[in-house]
Amino acid sequence: MLNLLKIWRNEKSREIIVQIIVLIIFGWFISWLVGNVSGNFERLGKDLSFEFLFIPAGYDINQYLISYNNRDSHLRAAIVGLLNTGLVAICGIVIATIFGLFLGVLRLSKNWLANRIAYWYVEFTRNVPILLHILLWHGIIINTLPHPKQAIDIFDVSYLTNRGFYIPKPIAESGIELFYLFTVIAIIFAVLFSRYSKKRQELTGKQFPVFWINLMVIIVFPCIALAFNNFPISFSIPELKGFNFRGGLHLSPELIALTFALAIYTAAFIAEIVRAGILAIHKGQREAAESIGLKPDKVMNLVILPQARRVIIPPLTSQYLNLTKNSSLAIAIGYMDLVATLGGISLNQTGREMETMVLVLLIYLCISLSISSLMNWYNYRVKLVDR
Amino acid sequence: MAFDKNNYAPGTHPDLPPPPGTVGVVGWLKNNLFSSLSNSILTLLSMYLLYLLIEGGLSWFVVDAVVNANDKPGCRKIADGACWAVIVKRFDQFIYGFYPLAERWRIDVSFFLLFVAAAPLLYPDIKFRKYMLVFSCLYPFIAFILIKGGLFNLLMIETNLFGGAMLTVIIGVTSIACSLPLGILLALGRQSRLKLVKVISVCFIEFMRGVPLITLLFVASTMLNYFLPPGTNFNLLIRVIIMMTFFSAAYIAEVIRGGIQAIPKGQYEAADAIGLTYWQTTRFITLPQALKISIPGIVNTFIGLYKDTTLVVIIGLLDPLGIGRAALADTKWNGLSTETYLFVAVIFFISCFAMSRYSLWLEKKLSTDHN
Amino acid sequence: MNSKNKNYVIKINEMHKWFGSFHVLKNINLEVGQGERIVICGPSGSGKSTLIRCINRLEVHQEGHISVNGIELSGDLKNLEAIRSDVGMVFQSFNLFPHLSVLENCTLAPIWVRKMPKKDAEELAMEYLERVKIPEQAKKFPGQLSGGQQQRVAIARALCMKPKIMLFDEPTSALDPEMIKEVLDTMIELAETGMTMLVVTHEMGFAKKVADRVIFMDEGEIIEQNTPKLFFTKPTNDRTKLFLSQILNH
Repeated sequence: MLNLLKIWRNEKSREIIVQIIVLIIFGWFISWLVGNVSGNFERLGKDLSFEFLFIPAGYDINQYLISYNNRDSHLRAAIVGLLNTGLVAICGIVIATIFGLFLGVLRLSKNWLANRIAYWYVEFTRNVPILLHILLWHGIIINTLPHPKQAIDIFDVSYLTNRGFYIPKPIAESGIELFYLFTVIAIIFAVLFSRYSKKRQELTGKQFPVFWINLMVIIVFPCIALAFNNFPISFSIPELKGFNFRGGLHLSPELIALTFALAIYTAAFIAEIVRAGILAIHKGQREAAESIGLKPDKVMNLVILPQARRVIIPPLTSQYLNLTKNSSLAIAIGYMDLVATLGGISLNQTGREMETMVLVLLIYLCISLSISSLMNWYNYRVKLVDR
Repeated sequence: MAFDKNNYAPGTHPDLPPPPGTVGVVGWLKNNLFSSLSNSILTLLSMYLLYLLIEGGLSWFVVDAVVNANDKPGCRKIADGACWAVIVKRFDQFIYGFYPLAERWRIDVSFFLLFVAAAPLLYPDIKFRKYMLVFSCLYPFIAFILIKGGLFNLLMIETNLFGGAMLTVIIGVTSIACSLPLGILLALGRQSRLKLVKVISVCFIEFMRGVPLITLLFVASTMLNYFLPPGTNFNLLIRVIIMMTFFSAAYIAEVIRGGIQAIPKGQYEAADAIGLTYWQTTRFITLPQALKISIPGIVNTFIGLYKDTTLVVIIGLLDPLGIGRAALADTKWNGLSTETYLFVAVIFFISCFAMSRYSLWLEKKLSTDHN
Repeated sequence: MNSKNKNYVIKINEMHKWFGSFHVLKNINLEVGQGERIVICGPSGSGKSTLIRCINRLEVHQEGHISVNGIELSGDLKNLEAIRSDVGMVFQSFNLFPHLSVLENCTLAPIWVRKMPKKDAEELAMEYLERVKIPEQAKKFPGQLSGGQQQRVAIARALCMKPKIMLFDEPTSALDPEMIKEVLDTMIELAETGMTMLVVTHEMGFAKKVADRVIFMDEGEIIEQNTPKLFFTKPTNDRTKLFLSQILNH
């Protein structure tokens, strides 16, 4: 008895005892859950099996990046869904970043009017649920844009209709390889050139207008390649045939509404992050940089941005993650993403709630965890530089 | 008579007005709108954008809008703008869902009492705070009895009649209230020295934050019953609230963890040095300080959760968005999605904007309090 | 060494401590008698703060023995509780609880650790606040006080537990010069009551005035210890001489 008391009184052994108690309670809870599941499964005559993944899905998906038809398996449908999630997420992130940066700069601008417009845009956008944004834009496309017959015509090559947008689709012809090659060369040149000019500047102090030169190279080089082979590229222009458009690239109303809504919603958050990040840099930093004679763009590039980046990037990544997770709301407008395929139609058709939901949850978890561990690594590195 | 500004005996220089055009309306315009060429261009562009918005928006929203009509064609007969009739005709549903007309006073009373109950939590300086906090603790029971009924001669109302803004508030407030204690425990668990406790907390938090809320709601609607003893079958609304609680608890845990980490190490050392135990330190030192700095973060989490309640429409509950979708499914109003969704958007904007203003106010107040 | 009697309250025996692989304290042997007042000095990073933080186990030593009032410091939580309520500590950065009033700061431990009735605890706290000469600030919050006042509250807070030993970890180094004196005066008064004190400080005037013994530490070792008179006039070790010349001639 006395010994037991002594064990309880000792710091180390008490920690172990408490953990064992926690383990017992937790283990009991888990086994309770598992027991319930198996009991329920038995009662309903179900089993746990992932074989359904390999039987034909039997439903159509209107938007796919890899070939798909309704005789393909549920697994393939899920992959199509996952790729659609990826498509929306990447497009959304790119647009949101550009638009968010632009708004953030406006929010920092000394121009009162532009500043106020950006402020009210941000406030209105981020205080309205994302699902509403998605439904609103989807509704606008479906209900207020005209039928294909009266499509809004943009220069006779693109058409906005209530069945989606039709834009020219570039088609590569033979001889395009040179264009690809030159593009790659231009990019490699740009990378090497910026390295070289940095080194040259360190050695001799002389500077190139690196950005402008690289921009020129990246635009002009591939164009030369195109001209050289007599422009081996053609465009499939959408044309009205009967009740609908044929040819061109068709962007479905769902894809557009979802991407656009996610982008403008996230952009509002990004704008605030950018603003807060820049404002977090103490005023003294700017004053000190100006007092040693740096020009405004150098003040930004050499002093403000390197410091702001550290503040901006972590919340920015979590916004990207949010955008990806929010893309699951696709199901509300019938865009076939991962949740709508695997967690929606596949679930309903096979009746395997447990298996499909577990897969969906695991996939999202993998995406989130890999991005957040990337972020932790970045934070760790930045912290090291700090000292 | 010309003044020479530089011709005064030392010590007799009076205060002179600033040069013209640097203060007043002209000065303000010059400084804020036309300080440089690029600035002036930006101003003109902004003005043009604003003009387009006001010109187009005003005619659609107000001038050509129709408030009184019985269906969409009826609207179109009168004018070409927004058809607000869909909102007007169903306004009650947007607020109360399908709650029986004669019993709606119960919702009104609960809603009013909610502010009384929340006041001492939200305004720390309020008078009679102690007594009001007692009421805050009792409020959940009062509200439950009032809204659900079944006691004291109040008619029992089935939860499938709940809907509209009232449903949003019920889900939001209940989830956040339940998730606070859970979130605190998770935050403490995550900071715990006990490895096992830490691992369990981290797993729970990261799982909840790693998956989209809609998948969790699907879990609630399709497979939660599998995890409960055979034969248990409870209300979808409660299942949704449980999931929302877990979800927001994970986010609140992270907010509070931030608060705990902001407490200087010296506080714990001092608590150790005067001999407080872990739970005493947690109760008297850690939580009072951590919670106080976390309040703005908690309010922001609440705003997020409140916005996320719209997701319940996907699993078939009728929040304002669901009511709107139901209206659109009615052939009479088919196609008026812009009006409906904008109306719901404005409801959310007003409430969320008010809350975020409050959060900002609180943040400012906290940063100037005491030190 | 000349201690007032052989009744040791602190005994440290061949104590070692590492931070990771860094050896902060090397073979520390120290005995402190009842009522003895010790000043510990040395360059920054010499381990002097770590040493006194080991005495109430804010830092855990890895080798050797420390006993306080005859109780061995180990993982035993009951002993730790007893030691912590007998040993008061004052920190460099005060570490007052900012969300509690001055009075609440002082009564917290008596109420919850000593299990004193609230009224008695408040009377006791007021008594000590009077002794550190700030009873009129009892209802204020720490953030409303000056640094010197905060440090005096911290001393009162520690005294409210009626400790037998007081540890001071650089109590004046975070203070503005004009506030150092008020804190030192409080400490001198405390010394006059016969309290056992271990003080880490650079205030050599204080050492000369009240210390029974001055200990010089460098690189984790006790290099030299002596009465203040001999320590300042006839230091034996070269490192001590260097340190004294740096600290006294500025």
